Amino acid sequence: MEDILNSIILLANFVIVPGMTYGSQLALGALGVTLIYGILRFSNFAHGETMAFGTMITIMVTWFMQSVGISFGPLPTALLALPFGAAAAVAIVLFSDRVVYKYYREKKSNAVFFLIASIGIMFVMNGIVRFIIGPKEQRFADGERFIIKAREFKQMTGLSEGLTIKMTQGLTVVITIIVVYALFRFLQHSKMGRAMRAYSDNEDLALLSGINPEKVVKITWAIAAVLATIAGVLYGLDKSFKPFTYFQLLLPIFAAAIVGGVGNPIGAILGGFVIAFSEVTVTYAYKKFLKYLAPEGMEPDSLMQLLSTDYKFAVSFIILVVVLLVRPTGILKGRVLE
Amino acid sequence: MKKLLMSGVTALALAAGAASAQAEDIKVGVILGFTGPIESLTPDMAGGAEMALSEASESGKLLGGSTVSSVRADSTCVDAAAATSAAERLITSDKVAAIMGADCSGVTMAVANNVAVSNGVVMISPSATSPALTSIDDKGYFFRTAPSDARQGEVLADIAISRGLKSVAVTYTNNDYGKGLDEAFRAAFEAAGGKVEISAAHEDGKADYSAEVGALAAAGAEALMVFGYVDQGGKGIIEASLDAGAFDTFIGSDGMIGESLIDALGSDLEGFVTSEPSSKTDGMGVFVESANAAGIKGDGPFVAQSYDAAALIVLAMQAAGSADRAAIQANILNVANAPGEKINPGELGKALEILANGGQVDYQGATGVELTDIGETPGVYKEQEVKDGAYETIKFH
Repeated sequence: MEDILNSIILLANFVIVPGMTYGSQLALGALGVTLIYGILRFSNFAHGETMAFGTMITIMVTWFMQSVGISFGPLPTALLALPFGAAAAVAIVLFSDRVVYKYYREKKSNAVFFLIASIGIMFVMNGIVRFIIGPKEQRFADGERFIIKAREFKQMTGLSEGLTIKMTQGLTVVITIIVVYALFRFLQHSKMGRAMRAYSDNEDLALLSGINPEKVVKITWAIAAVLATIAGVLYGLDKSFKPFTYFQLLLPIFAAAIVGGVGNPIGAILGGFVIAFSEVTVTYAYKKFLKYLAPEGMEPDSLMQLLSTDYKFAVSFIILVVVLLVRPTGILKGRVLE
Repeated sequence: MKKLLMSGVTALALAAGAASAQAEDIKVGVILGFTGPIESLTPDMAGGAEMALSEASESGKLLGGSTVSSVRADSTCVDAAAATSAAERLITSDKVAAIMGADCSGVTMAVANNVAVSNGVVMISPSATSPALTSIDDKGYFFRTAPSDARQGEVLADIAISRGLKSVAVTYTNNDYGKGLDEAFRAAFEAAGGKVEISAAHEDGKADYSAEVGALAAAGAEALMVFGYVDQGGKGIIEASLDAGAFDTFIGSDGMIGESLIDALGSDLEGFVTSEPSSKTDGMGVFVESANAAGIKGDGPFVAQSYDAAALIVLAMQAAGSADRAAIQANILNVANAPGEKINPGELGKALEILANGGQVDYQGATGVELTDIGETPGVYKEQEVKDGAYETIKFH
């Protein structure tokens, strides 16, 4: 019995908790990408940089709050600063929409033009972030660091395996649940949410029924920017903030959105967890886990590892390619990428 | 009379010509990763090298009053193409007499193979430690003042064994430095009866290393050996291991030494053990003192080796009697090894004078320089441990 508990705790510590956290962060990012794709109909490559920008402002406000002595008790101060970061991110995406995307929208340009324009905006924002806060790693987490510590857990339960849950991991999952619930309430039940879904479904029909398209576009941008900032701040709190890693996050986020079914919000969440868990489970070495479960004398000698961790990033691409080949619309039916 | 006047003018012109040759400003390339994974170490390394150059210039004895100055270039530590073009610029457009650098093993190999050897320019690396550099076809143009990791691998195995460890997990940065160290360590550790349970590479510059730590922890080893960089994946791995409670004991390679690690991890890092190329000679103390006075962290990683590398270049020039590239190459081993008067840091002026008078020197420098006939140093390492938030020297290997 104790062996079974130990094996479960081992897996929880190294696979389930990190997978849930990373999956939540990817899901929030993928939701933003999928909303933009569903309503504005293009792949927004600047999404990773929007995350970086919102997080950067949050970090700077956090530093200011820390310097004047504002704190959030055991929770990170960054949560108090988050609304400021989100507001700044909304402002910058609305500005970019006003000066760039609106022009192409009025010209009724092909989606490819939007996509290329978003790559341009990605580089501009990339530069702004590095110019303001620099390319180096920044730390801004404060407050309590752990909910449960491995050593305390061992003492408490008497098991030989420890379980660590960091404050940031707990927060990430809880905040993701709240945000996703609020978003779905909004999309399903508010007038604006229904207008957005109608617009996404059939633009012409939506216009005929008196929906103001510019308003829908603005609200969509605003929601995507807020989601991006929340995802970015949670990722930065849990890991660390470095502009380059936010740029790299774009790939798993897109993989998550496409795997789940692009344009489909539930798919984005599902895709986030699929990508996160496949990265962790495929590269985990199950030697110790099986040691607890295997009968005496049958313990594995090898590492029982499917793929070395070097190939971690290849995993999401393999899944992406397989999904695009077998089911181009994603696991849940989304649109086909043009 | 007219003839006499003419010859007088000629003599004057000749004298002027000779004087201008004497007042030459010799350029030495300093190619280090001023950006990239070890950017926190390189300013002090370059400072160390430039200390030696200015010491030689200020003595006024180099090649009859010539001065020598540095031209800095960025090796990036990781990007071989960028390092190669930077070195090409040093050699063809800045016309450097020799190169102090590069730093990381991968780029050093690229620069040596692609540019330095083919152009016949001496390269002395203060910090490239990959065993693979021992066997490159360098035609005698590549030297290093930092010992090969084949030696560091043995030292790290010694440290692990002496601390009673029987089984360890190894993680190394995925490049020539990490791989070389991993192989050398494994060979030495297993020969001494230890067992490497898992050896996994990590990529630098990622935000999250929990998957890597999960795999490393699953192997069930007593301690984690970290062969990486302090500003990069090495730190991420240690941090993630501490967070998950995966390992308590860590032993790091020379790339893992840095104040930034202590600043980031605080008291969790107590008992962290590292190995670092060093020296038992008195020269080190002298060097550290004068470097600190000049605002350079003299006991930082590879700073003393940088000083020594630049000093060797200057002394070889003097022994050759010219700043000619091939002549420098021919004289490096002569000034580095016995016989001759032993030279400590800060005594470059004295050494230059001995050489100018036709004498011989045996440059000891800060790290007790001694080069083998393929231009490598056998190497002394110091074992350090973090105690009360500072690196403390335990013993020499």
